[in-house]
Amino acid sequence: MHELSLCQGIIDILETEASKQHFARVRKVRLLVGPLAGVDRATLSFGFDAVSRDTIAEGAELEFIDTPGLAWCFTCDRTVEIAHYYDPCPACGGHRLKVTGGEEFRILDLEVE
Amino acid sequence: MCTVCGCGEADQHHHAHAHDSGHEHTHDHGHDHGHHHHHHGQGAAGLSIDGLSQERIVRIEQDILGRNDAHARGNRQFFESHGILAVNLLSSPGSGKTTLLERSIADLKERFDVSVIEGDQQTENDAERIRATGVPVLQINTGKGCHLDAHMIGHGVQDLKPADYGILFIENVGNLVCPAMFDLGEAARVVILSVTEGEDKPLKYPDMFHRADMVLINKIDLLPYLRFDLERCIGYLQQVNPEVETIRVSATTGDGMDQWYGWLERRRKALLAERLAGLERQAAAIRAQI
Repeated sequence: MHELSLCQGIIDILETEASKQHFARVRKVRLLVGPLAGVDRATLSFGFDAVSRDTIAEGAELEFIDTPGLAWCFTCDRTVEIAHYYDPCPACGGHRLKVTGGEEFRILDLEVE
Repeated sequence: MCTVCGCGEADQHHHAHAHDSGHEHTHDHGHDHGHHHHHHGQGAAGLSIDGLSQERIVRIEQDILGRNDAHARGNRQFFESHGILAVNLLSSPGSGKTTLLERSIADLKERFDVSVIEGDQQTENDAERIRATGVPVLQINTGKGCHLDAHMIGHGVQDLKPADYGILFIENVGNLVCPAMFDLGEAARVVILSVTEGEDKPLKYPDMFHRADMVLINKIDLLPYLRFDLERCIGYLQQVNPEVETIRVSATTGDGMDQWYGWLERRRKALLAERLAGLERQAAAIRAQI
C-alpha cells in the first residue's frame, strides 16, 4: 500500500499550491499515469478518499489520463509501445528494449474553487 | 528543526499535520498556509458561503514523487561527496537478506568502514543481529509504512553518521512492490531473490526487478532439493531488465560471495574515482584563478 504515501504526497502538493495559487477547495485532480509507473489506480483512488478527509481535497475526484508505455528497440532501431516491463517488442519479439516512456506519475492540473 | 529538510520532525516522515498548525515542511510556500481551507469548512459539499467561489483550472505539472526525489538527490550528493557507497538491499521477506548482510559485514568489515540502516515495520530484531557484528547500525521502524523513503534516509544518515569512504548498506523493508518506487539516493539497488521462491518472481514484480542494478540469487546450496529452473529465472530477469547483472550466492556456504564482494569493491572504486576526478577539476579551476 505505498499508494497511501503517494496520496499523502498529492495532498502535500495541493496544500502547497493552495496557498501559492489562492484556492480553497479542490474538486478534481487530473493525474498523468503511465502503465509502467507502478501505481494501481483503484488503490490510489481508495487511498485518496481516506487521506483527503478533512483537507481541501475532501471529496475531490481523481481523473486519470493515460500515456503510453514506450521503449526503444535496439534490434528494430525504433520506438515501440509496451504495456509491461516484461513485454517483448511487438515488431521483432525480442527483449532488447530500453524504456523511454510510461513511467510518468504526475499531477497535470486541478479543478479548484 | 531538522536540517535535512526543515521539517521539524526528528524521525517521522508522515506529515499528517493539522491544517492550522504552523508546521511547514516545504521551503517555498507562503506564510499564509492554513488560512484558505477554513472559510468554507462545510464538509464535502463545499458550498460557497461567501460568494467567492469561482471554479477554475490550475495547472500544476508536478511529479508526485518529486519531493522524495529531491530528498534522494540530496542524499546522493551527500554520499558522493563523502565517498560513501550506499547500497539499497531489496527483497521479499524471507529471502535471506539479513543473513546475507551479516556474512557480508563479517567478511568486509576489516577492509572497509561498514554501516547499516535497517528498515522494518516493527521490532529491533534485525538491527540486533547486525549490531552483533560490531558495525554501526540504525533501525528505522516504518510503522504502518511499507517502504523506506529518501526523507527517512536523510534523517537516518544524520543520526548514524556513516564513516567517509565506507559502505552503507540500507536494508529496505521486505517487500517487492512498494520500495520499487522510492529512490533513496543509493548508488546501487541490489535485489535478493532466493531459489526457494518462484522462478517467475521477476515477471510478477517487474517494477522491482526492472530497477535493479544487481540481482543476487541466494540459497543456491538448496538447488538440489528444489524444482527451481535457474536458467529460466535468469531469462525472466533479462526480459524485464536486459542490463541487469546477476551473481549466484549462498550466504550459508559462502558460495559466490567473493564475486559479490568484488562487485561492491568495483562500484566503490568507481564512485571514489569519480569523486576524485571532480575534486581535481575543482582544484584545477581554483589553480587557474591564482
